[in-house]
This record gives sequence, structure tokens and C-alpha cells, in this order.
Amino acid sequence: MLISDSSQLSFEKSRPGRRGAALPKQFCDKSQGLEAVPDKFRRRRKLVFPEMTEPEVVRHFVQLSKKNFSIDTHFYPLGSCTMKYNPKINEWAAGLEGFAKVHPLQPESTTQGFLQVCYELEQDLKEITGMKRFTLQPAAGAHGELTGMMLVRAYHEAMGQAKRRKVLVPDSSHGTNPASAALYGYHVVELKSNARGRVELKTLEEHLDDEVACLMLTNPNTLGLFEEDILKITEAVHKKGGLLYYDGANFNALLGIARPGDMGFDVVHLNLHKTFSTPHGGGGPGSGPVGVSERLIPFLPGPLLDKEGSRYLLRDAGPKSIGRVKSFHGNAGMLLRAFVYIRTLGLSGLKKVSEDAILNANYLKEKLKKIFPIAVDEPCMHEFVLSIRNTKAQGIHSGDIGKRLLDFGVHAPTVHFPLVVEEALMIEPTETESKETLDRFVETLEKIAEEIIRNPEMIKLAPHTLPIRRPDEVLAARKPVLSYRDQLRDKVLLAEGVPS
Amino acid sequence: MHFHPVTADDKQKMLEDIGVSSFEDLLKGIPASLRNPKINVREAVSELEIQNLMRGLGNINHSAHDYLSFLGAGSYEHFVPTAVSEVIRRNEFYTAYTPYQPEASQGTLQSIYEYQSLITELTGLDVSNASHYDGSTSLAEAVLLSVRHTDRVKVLVSRAVHPHYRQVIETYLKGTPYSMVEFGFGEDHTFDRAQFESLLTPEVAGVVFQTPNFFGVLEDLEGVSEKVHENGSLLIMTANPLSLAALRSPGEWGADVAVGEAQPFGVALQFGGPYVGYFSATRALMRRIPGRLAGLTVDSEGKRAFCLTLQAREQHIRRERAASNICTNQALCALAACVHMTLLGKEGIREVAELNMDRAAYLRGKIGATPGFKVLKDQPIFNEFVVRSDKPFDVLEKKLLNKKIFPGVPLETYYPELKNQFLVCATETKTQEQLDTFVRELSQC
Repeated sequence: MLISDSSQLSFEKSRPGRRGAALPKQFCDKSQGLEAVPDKFRRRRKLVFPEMTEPEVVRHFVQLSKKNFSIDTHFYPLGSCTMKYNPKINEWAAGLEGFAKVHPLQPESTTQGFLQVCYELEQDLKEITGMKRFTLQPAAGAHGELTGMMLVRAYHEAMGQAKRRKVLVPDSSHGTNPASAALYGYHVVELKSNARGRVELKTLEEHLDDEVACLMLTNPNTLGLFEEDILKITEAVHKKGGLLYYDGANFNALLGIARPGDMGFDVVHLNLHKTFSTPHGGGGPGSGPVGVSERLIPFLPGPLLDKEGSRYLLRDAGPKSIGRVKSFHGNAGMLLRAFVYIRTLGLSGLKKVSEDAILNANYLKEKLKKIFPIAVDEPCMHEFVLSIRNTKAQGIHSGDIGKRLLDFGVHAPTVHFPLVVEEALMIEPTETESKETLDRFVETLEKIAEEIIRNPEMIKLAPHTLPIRRPDEVLAARKPVLSYRDQLRDKVLLAEGVPS
Repeated sequence: MHFHPVTADDKQKMLEDIGVSSFEDLLKGIPASLRNPKINVREAVSELEIQNLMRGLGNINHSAHDYLSFLGAGSYEHFVPTAVSEVIRRNEFYTAYTPYQPEASQGTLQSIYEYQSLITELTGLDVSNASHYDGSTSLAEAVLLSVRHTDRVKVLVSRAVHPHYRQVIETYLKGTPYSMVEFGFGEDHTFDRAQFESLLTPEVAGVVFQTPNFFGVLEDLEGVSEKVHENGSLLIMTANPLSLAALRSPGEWGADVAVGEAQPFGVALQFGGPYVGYFSATRALMRRIPGRLAGLTVDSEGKRAFCLTLQAREQHIRRERAASNICTNQALCALAACVHMTLLGKEGIREVAELNMDRAAYLRGKIGATPGFKVLKDQPIFNEFVVRSDKPFDVLEKKLLNKKIFPGVPLETYYPELKNQFLVCATETKTQEQLDTFVRELSQC
């Protein structure tokens, strides 16, 4: 085994007496600081923390980084996650000291540059989505959804419609939709999709009554299909007094092509870490601004951005506001990156984003449907779903194909989702991939298809070339070991070199 | 467009292969009335122009870069070793997705596991999640956990908890069957024990304390966990995690849940976000913890491996029955925190905590001895304290801004009764000379 293959923890590499940071000196008399604090306030339990030098720490984490797939190293056709390139200029701008060192509670006169960035971003998002006002507060898509649910409730209550406690979601929706609605106490009702993977108007109308608060919809939906009846859907819901919630996870398909505001949506969340190129960071931080139609503006969380003359300011929300959803002003560092992205692309560039995303997806779909069955064979938007149901004889699941792709240096597509598709493999190439990459991906899946017939074990046991083979997730859940202290306690899995 | 490789020639070939004559044919499902919306967004500018634009906008701001800052209140300026940013700028970390494919994400998973290990050490509780959005939202989730776990409807929250955090709890509970009741604080800026005890009724699900509290004072929680637990409620604590390297941990105070803001570890101020909330709890509450958890296991060859675990709590499996709707965490910020804590190490982290106490104690002593200003000089503090000024705060602030000093956070914004009082923070970043300068300028106001 190479030394770099080690999965030793920092705690296990630790040796007493090593240090990784040079610190300034104390200048008070010892009796003033910690020693002045009565004993009962002091920590008694010893900290088990690593002791390593800077070079050791750096090597430790750089070696860890090499065990990851990432956009900058691999093709990542992960459906509904929009793994597009993260422009380097975004990172550079966010790192400028004039932004990175701004404290959130500084006087407004000293934060005009940051406020301008946020204000102009809001204007651009309004234009791009057709919504009337945005809150930039929510920290992620799911947080935006929760904020949206709060807005829906506040609106209905103000209208004397507190009885509206039902939220409709299609069975193809993202898991966060029903979870966000339920977290906020709504009763979730699932709508069965029709044979073409869309919301069936008749089914929707059957469920529309005076208890429905809203319909949460992703458009294009998780099958990558545009809801063609969208105008009839929004009309039907509005007619019955309900609101329309737009899950912006798939908004990468619609930049400059169509706007949720024009479709009749009342609340929209965007994932800046998908459509607007802010990095996924291995699972966050994201950012989930929420836009609303005119009638929901009074309920937005504060503070809200505004401009008076040439001065930018934060305004407290009005009396009808749902209140604050996060400390300070949202994930400002992410807002800044999205602002830079929009300025870099401009209107034409934004349009090209969606056009190329759609073109790439349709091209791949056309090629791949010759290899595997497709869930719904119609022109798609930015993504599409294969249904790997023809490999039952070999005992191969869609997840296995995802694992085998890893061996070819391709990240697995989204597997076993959406739940409405048997053995789903959901593919979103994004606009930043070239035709050559897509062609190589097709060739790879052709090879895997041959392997399914010739050597299915190769696929069932994949991956073969990564830092680990398939982990035992059942063991992990049955006997959770969630920290180094758990390891010490259970004396488990210490084989990787405990300090002697 | 320099991010978009599809050429006109590619497009032609691809459309042919798809079997349509034009791109528009792919969009036939979109109602015509929706197509080609008029959008007023500026056209592209070159990267050089963007660089100049952003430099210019950055220069309009003032910050801890060009001002001497004594601002804290939930967002802290700290020394961050250079190696932290070197690590988090690794493309393999910041351009990776959530570790759904563990074989291709061991780097992220192991670093989360190490982060969890460090957080549980600091809080003294058994389990930490992979991180949450920020301190305020992790506290709101802790409150939700308490009402679900106890099946009760009320939460008690100290008024000495960060005002933003209390506002977020209020927002999360509005429109639900649950409600928040606050108990006050006294002249000494610590919680009102009598009021707390009188409000601790059988419908209380959880009680929330912050220590060091919003005023920077360490709360004496002796006997509190016994009272809370006798009542069948959960004790929820929020604490600056850096303070826990030297001060009594939530676990040692008997807390069931400890949450808070881990921004002090390696995360830039950046106007308030992205930050990173930590969330830890006792083992008894493990299956109610929101968000991701990384666990240790073995792979099919018996080799050590890390994976996301206990996913049956999560939205992508349970949908409307999930423990929370949270999807991602704040992985990259948690990584920064992890690298920062690892570099500081066992001795270093305690020393930084003590340096904060050193600076704050020095500054409090000096300001307390300055005519026109009062401090509570005997209260135990960490790195913040309240200053009461004889003069109106805005007059004072204006004068000090001219001297390139951010004097602190005015408390009247959040507590109307605390007129002309402001919260001052001094971390290890300040030199003795800088503290003396601040005191000199204050005395001349």
C-alpha cells in the first residue's frame, strides 16, 4: 500500500508535542484571563485533539482531497444537481479582502460595495425569473423551500384562510419538497404523475379543494420534461385559491427561455449553487434566494435590500413579514459569486447556458436510448432519465452502473431517483461539457452494456479502481461509529495505526 | 463564451443526430406565450473588466482589512493560518458534490468525520452532525428536535441568547402548534434564575441558554440541568465553540443538545455568510439529529471506509417523514473549521481561547478605568463585554469611524432598554498597541 493510500485519521497521526500554528503572546497578567474565571466555569474534561505540524496537516488534507471526484477533475452527469464548471473569477472576487473581511454588523455607510452587489443581484434575479421581489436570506435550496412554505402560510392566514393546511406535490418531486412542507406542519398529498411523467390535470383538479395551500412544482420536472399544461395548472390552482410554488432546482433549463413568474408561480426558490455556478463545496454552502409575486411581497423575511438615491440599504421587513430566517444577511459570499457569474455571462451568455444544457441533454438522450430504455422518450430539457429495467436477468441495478462508471473516471448519475421510474439513472450533462466528453461517455456506457452481458460480476462488484470498494452501509447504520471518541470507546476499527 | 464548449459546428451536428432541424424544435412543449421573455439584464463584460469592477466595489467597503474592528456579536475576526485557505481552495474539495458516492468521496467523508470528532470533543456530547447552515438555524432545528422528542409545545429561551437566533426560532415556530417564551436577564447581564424556574412548567419541551451569552458573560448554569431534566425537558445550549477549549463544555453542564456558530474556526467574516452551524447531541437523541452524519465502516474487502449513515432520517429517503428537510450541509466551511482546528491542535486551540480572554480582560479593564465609560468588571467573560457610555452611541461611533475604528455593536437595536450600551469584542488578532489606541480614542470622544 502506498503511504498516500492511508486512511489514518489526523488523530492517529498525532504525536504529543507537535504544533501546527505559531500564535501571538499573552500580554496580560495571567491572573486576569482564564485564571480570573471561577473554577466552575472552566473545562475539566481533557481535549482529545490532534497534534501535528503544518506540513503534516497540509499533506493529510491534500491526500484526502485526492480521494475525491470533483468537477475540476471529472465529468459529473449528476441529474438535478447541475454540476457545471465553477468559474475561477468567482472565487477570486469572493476572496478579495474588501469583501472577505466585512463584518455583517458594520455601519451601512461602510458596506456600500457589498450592498450594491446584493441589490443588483436581486434586480437580475427578478428579471431572469419574472418575480417581483426577492429575499436573499435563505442559506440553501431546502431552506428556501421552508421559507416558501412560511410565506404561503402567512399569506393564507392574512386572507383568513388558515384552514388551508394541504400541500400538493407530484410523486416525481425532490424529497426536500414534502420534507419542507411537513417540517412546517403541512399535510402532504402526493399527486400521481401520468404516463408521460407529467402532472395530470384531471388528477390535480380532483385534489383541489379549499384546504389546499399550494402546489409545489419543479418545472422542468425531475424527468427533465417541461410541464406543457403549466398555464392550465397554475390557473386551476389559483382558481381554487391555492398558491404555486416553484422548485428552482432545475432552473438551469430556462434561463432566457421562459420565466416562472410568467407561468403564474407565486413563490420561487433558486439554487445559486446549481444554476448560478457557485461551487457545491462537497455539500455546501449553498444559497437559496426566494422570489415572490406581488401579493406575497409584504410577507418576505427581513432585512430587505433597497436603494435610495445612490445609497444602498437594508430595510427591516414590515409588520406582515414572516420574520427572520437566518442570522445576518444570507450567504453573502455565495451571492457575490452569483453576481459575478451573471455579469460575466450577460444576457446572451445566460441564454446560451440553457440552450447548450438542453442541446447536450437531448444529444446524450438520443445516443443513450439506443443502449438503455428511456423513461419517457420525448424531447427533454436539461436532463433525462434512463430506466435500467432490462438487466434484471443479470441482477444489475441502476446503482451498479453508477458504480462501474466511477472506474472510468465518470461520476455516477443520480441513481434510483425519481422514485416514479423503475431503476432510474438520471443524467444532466450541463452546458460546460463538450461534445467530445459526451461522446466518450456514450462509448463508456456502450462498454458497460456489453459487460452486463459478458461479465456482470465486474459491474456488481464495481468500483475496482477507487480508494475503497463498496462500503458496508448496513454495518455503519447498525453500529454507528461517528467520531474518533466512538472508536476509542468501542475499540473498533483501530487497525489503521493507533498511536503507540 | 469561455465556459461553453459547444461550437456552431457542434450544434449543427448534434441537432442532426437528435433528428430535429432546429433547436426550437426541442422546445415545442413550452407554450408560445411564455417563450422569449423580455429580460433586462446587462450584456457580458470581459474578465479584466470584472476584475476591475469587483476590486472597485471591494474598495468601496471598509472592513477589518482597513479599520480596527471591535465587532463581534456572533461573527468574529480571528487569525486564520494560511494553510487553511490553501486546503479549502483544493479543486477536489470545493468543486465536489455531496458525498452520495462514498467510493469517490472518501476525502470529503473522512474530513467530515474528523470535523464531527473535533466538535464532539469541544461540546463534550456524543454525536455531531456534518454541520448546519449557521448558528441561528442550527438552534432553531434544536428547538424543533426538543418539541418532537418530548411531544410538548413550549420552549423557554433566555433573552440573553443572540437576538437574531431568537428571531429565527420565532419564525420557525410561527404557524406551528409550538411557541417560544422568553425569560429575562438581570443588571449583571446573566439570566434571571427565579423567572426561569417559574416558567419551567410541564409543557416545556426544551430550555435554551447561551454561554458566553450575547453580552459576553459566562452563565452560571449550576443546578440548571437537574431542574430541566426533572421537568422532563431538554437542555439546549449554544456556545462559541472556541470558548469551549478553555471553558466548561455543554456536556459538562449536562446539556442534551449543543449548537452554535463555528465561524470562529477558519471561516471569513464575508458580511455574515456562508458560516457553519454545528449541531451535537447525546447518543439518546442520535436518530433525531437533522442533516448528514458521516460514519466509519469497512469496505467489501475489510478496509476502513467512511460513508454517510443513518440516512433513514433524511429527506431523500423519508420524504415527508424525515427528521428535517435539510439536504446539504456547509461542507466547505466545516472543512475550513476542521483544518483550522487541526492546525491549532490540542495545545494551540486552548491557547487561542486563553488569548481571547487575555485581550478582552485587558481591554475591559482599560475601558472601565476611562472616564465616561462603565463596564461590569467582575463578570466572567470570554472575548466580549458590554460598555455603557455617558454619551450617545451614535455620536461616539461617528467620531471613531473617522479614526477608522469600529467600536462595537450598539445594544439598543435589540434591547431598547440598553441605551448607549455597546458590545465590544477583542480577539487574539489585537495587539496591545491597538487596544491602547482604541482606549485613547474612546477617552477623547
